[in-house]
Amino acid sequence: MKKLSMLFALALAGLLQLSAQGYQVGDKATDFRLRNVDGNYVSLSDYSDAKGFVVVFTCNHCPYAVAYEDRLIEIDKKYRPQGFPVIAINPNDPAAEPRDSYERMQERAREKGFTFPYLLDDGQKVYPVYGATRTPHIFLLNREGNDLVVSYIGAIDDNYRDPSAVEERFLANAINALLEGRKPDPDFTRAIGCTIKTSD
Amino acid sequence: MWKKGFLQSLFILFTVFALSQVPSVDFDGLEPRLSTGSDSVYVVNFWATWCVPCVKELPEFERINEEYADRKVNVLLVSLDNPNHMESRVIPFIEKHGLKSEIILLNDPRSHHWIPRVDESWSGAIPATIVFTRNSRSFYEKVFTWEELEDIVISKLNRVSLN
Repeated sequence: MKKLSMLFALALAGLLQLSAQGYQVGDKATDFRLRNVDGNYVSLSDYSDAKGFVVVFTCNHCPYAVAYEDRLIEIDKKYRPQGFPVIAINPNDPAAEPRDSYERMQERAREKGFTFPYLLDDGQKVYPVYGATRTPHIFLLNREGNDLVVSYIGAIDDNYRDPSAVEERFLANAINALLEGRKPDPDFTRAIGCTIKTSD
Repeated sequence: MWKKGFLQSLFILFTVFALSQVPSVDFDGLEPRLSTGSDSVYVVNFWATWCVPCVKELPEFERINEEYADRKVNVLLVSLDNPNHMESRVIPFIEKHGLKSEIILLNDPRSHHWIPRVDESWSGAIPATIVFTRNSRSFYEKVFTWEELEDIVISKLNRVSLN
């Protein structure tokens, strides 16, 4: 019996390990219910008209995340009316990074005039499911029937430092592709970012 | 006499200035430093002054650099700070912490292109570290404890001496 429960525990650990790998392009994304800086809870299912979502794991304290704030606002202003709103999620544990507390998120959203929801992944349940490893980290979802399919994972563009020197607008190109009924190419890019902060 | 003193102080100023400089390179400039034909062990750590977990583990790299210097272990700290912050943050940070390891600033914003060239499995989060010899290579996207880092360095040293 002891052996059996051991086996079960191992199998469970294996499953958890698998789920910790996160999404790849083509996977169906799960919904969530997280608290926005305005105090309301937000779920993807609240947006019945959306063709998809720009889910971005971002935060206050990371210089790379900060460098992209204005560009995220632009993306939201441009693509929300076309059916792809930005949903920002702070995945960091405020106990590990006080600058990413709910109150500091509220301050930052007000200062910058975020046009999109800025949600706290309270309890850090959502980012591991998506497989976010850094901030900022983009997961572009496309509505296909009743599913939200992960269609692009990665960076916003190829130059965090200087928006005027950007050569490839990975995210905008990917959204444009989906709007035109094409698959994004590339559908996966990488960028330097800050690790997601946990308390252990 | 006055002139000699002036030249001397100019020379001292120049030396101090030169010593405090950190070379700034693009990825093509860094890449030759990421492999070797020699029988040394290389520890290359990607960090930034603003990255809290990076700063936390820097003493472990400094300690490797100091304690293993005579055993052919080389530490290279690759700063990913904004090059505009070289004088205002990077150099003051190095001076404040008395860093002795070699430091290079990677001035190449197109990280999408060079991250997979450092390691195919790197998601892009820092800190990240590669430890390599001429015949083996390991990549880590994590924060090290002293014991973990020393174990890796020792196992690499053993492998080099076997070959």
